[in-house]
Amino acid sequence: MDDLRTAIRDYVVREYLEEGDPRTIEAETPLISGGIVDSFSMVSLKRFLEKTYKIRIPDEQASPDAFDTVSRIAELVERIRKDTPVPAP
Amino acid sequence: MATATDAAAQARADWSAIERELGCRSGGPINIGWHCSDRICEQGLAAKPALLWEDAQGARRSYTFDDLRVHSNTFARLLLGLGLRPGERVCIFMDRVPALYFSFLGVLKMGGIAQPLFSAFGEDSLKVRLADAGTVAVLTQRKHAGKVRRIRAVLPELKHVVVVDAGTTPLVEGETPFDLDSAPRVERFDVFPSLAETPSVLHYTSGTTGPPKGAQHVHSSLLAQYYTTKLVLGLRPDDVYWCNADPGWVTGTSYGIIGPWSNGITQAVLDAGFGAERWYGFLARRRVTVWYSAPTAIRLLMREGGDLVRRFDLSALRHLASVGEPLNPEAVVWSQEVFGRPFHDTFWQTETGAIVIANLPGMKIRPGSMGKPVPGVTAAVVDPATFAPLEERGRVGLIALRPGWPSMMRGYWQNPEAYAKKFRGGWYLCGDKATIDADGYYWFVGRDDDVINTGGHLVGPFEVESALLEHPAVAESAAVAKPDRVNMEVVKAFVALKPGFAPGDDLELEIMNHVRKRLSPLAMPQEIEFVASLPKTRSGKIMRRVLRAQEWGEPVGDLSTMMDE
Repeated sequence: MDDLRTAIRDYVVREYLEEGDPRTIEAETPLISGGIVDSFSMVSLKRFLEKTYKIRIPDEQASPDAFDTVSRIAELVERIRKDTPVPAP
Repeated sequence: MATATDAAAQARADWSAIERELGCRSGGPINIGWHCSDRICEQGLAAKPALLWEDAQGARRSYTFDDLRVHSNTFARLLLGLGLRPGERVCIFMDRVPALYFSFLGVLKMGGIAQPLFSAFGEDSLKVRLADAGTVAVLTQRKHAGKVRRIRAVLPELKHVVVVDAGTTPLVEGETPFDLDSAPRVERFDVFPSLAETPSVLHYTSGTTGPPKGAQHVHSSLLAQYYTTKLVLGLRPDDVYWCNADPGWVTGTSYGIIGPWSNGITQAVLDAGFGAERWYGFLARRRVTVWYSAPTAIRLLMREGGDLVRRFDLSALRHLASVGEPLNPEAVVWSQEVFGRPFHDTFWQTETGAIVIANLPGMKIRPGSMGKPVPGVTAAVVDPATFAPLEERGRVGLIALRPGWPSMMRGYWQNPEAYAKKFRGGWYLCGDKATIDADGYYWFVGRDDDVINTGGHLVGPFEVESALLEHPAVAESAAVAKPDRVNMEVVKAFVALKPGFAPGDDLELEIMNHVRKRLSPLAMPQEIEFVASLPKTRSGKIMRRVLRAQEWGEPVGDLSTMMDE
């Protein structure tokens, strides 16, 4: 797992798994459909990504499908970062 | 022209006949646990599949009605063995695992009061509900046991915590490990001879003021749940039925346990979160014929598009129904297009125990309408001041029900004052506003209070505000409903900070996560607006209605009592 995926995975484990929850999170573990992050909590995960990576995720792209695995979330972040112009110094 | 449902026409449900159909005699024993398992076996259906279960990891289990009978006996025996007595509250705090379903029936069989709670509840939500109910035992899973441990010290009445999947993992002292697979099968159990008015289920629901209240139901609720399952959901003996509601909420027990199993219907259960592909795959694989879902889920499916649906063979589907919040006309039209049949909206609430207004199978649907009162229920839209049924069609009033159907709650747990406030002019007031059209169809308008209906779940602003105030940065707060295209409403919080704290993204996320963990994901504000101060009356009460009107673009109304800044 690269740094981006590791950071997202660590955040999900820290924020959404209860202490004692035996499940492990890998890059392809279903998060929303797997019942680890419910659709209401997606908003806090989206806020975390926007804040940490200085991006704006359009609501229409923040679907349960796009947030279903660490890999898909990372791909979304990478795509938006690529499309976001770097502010002039 | 009377807008109240004609009482004579609506009294067509003959509850005595339904009682006889269920094999009960007036004044004799009636036990939901027995009716959902032993009775079905006695009808020669012991080997029929009762539960087709799957989870997110792909595990699959199948249980017959005889398994249901034996496993619920096992839980009943376990609880009696722990020393529990009839009438004591037993909380079921689990995901949708098979043990949840068996233990629910087991609690009822031993005469206990089943108190199911949503497993995503945080410790504050859990604590308030367990303390109020004086809960004596909690049945839970390893992954949720931590929340119970953190609050157990402040719950003196909580004597037992049973962990149903403990395996070999060491538990904390005072917890009881239990493993259904290795427990001895209890073939025979003397079911508690509960009567019609014996308490059965306690479901907590939120109001505008104060903590959540426990709507207390009785065993004779079975009559309405059994009857409406057949009539409104149209279930037949050969159906495979899926209700995707969690039994932590009333839909998940009335129509995810009691209604279908008392009818001897095979249920499919998916213990997983939302996922369009996963859900369609489940419907196809299990050959589901009747699906009871919710507007929020339907709108999420709509977002994924119709092409995905067509990749699955959903030809077994015969009837679709929905509950939770009003089903928007677009969703009805969409389901007709992609499933070849519309979702039928139904209306009811925790307190009513069973569906009271619905689009019945075969009825002409008016997309966006709640339908008409179910036979056996006398309903009206009444004037908010006089509580007289409104004569003028299309005029907005309060949805009111004439008490008397079997599944009506019998009280709020230890809160007779709150219960009494629900009745005016001989009507039970649902707390919702609606109109009735010229043909008798009901049309939902909105809530009559500050309760937030998000994704079909009611969130009390008081609970959210209390949790917000526990955050060290928050000086004062108000929680209101904000419109949302998927969840109908979401929680929005207005927060004034204490000196020394500054608004910002970090603090916003921190406060959101604070509420999510303390209460639940659905109570988490989806937006926080930091404000210098909140609008208040001259007596210092926060005026939520002003903030709510601002969110909905509505007139703020009379501001004469508002404190000058």
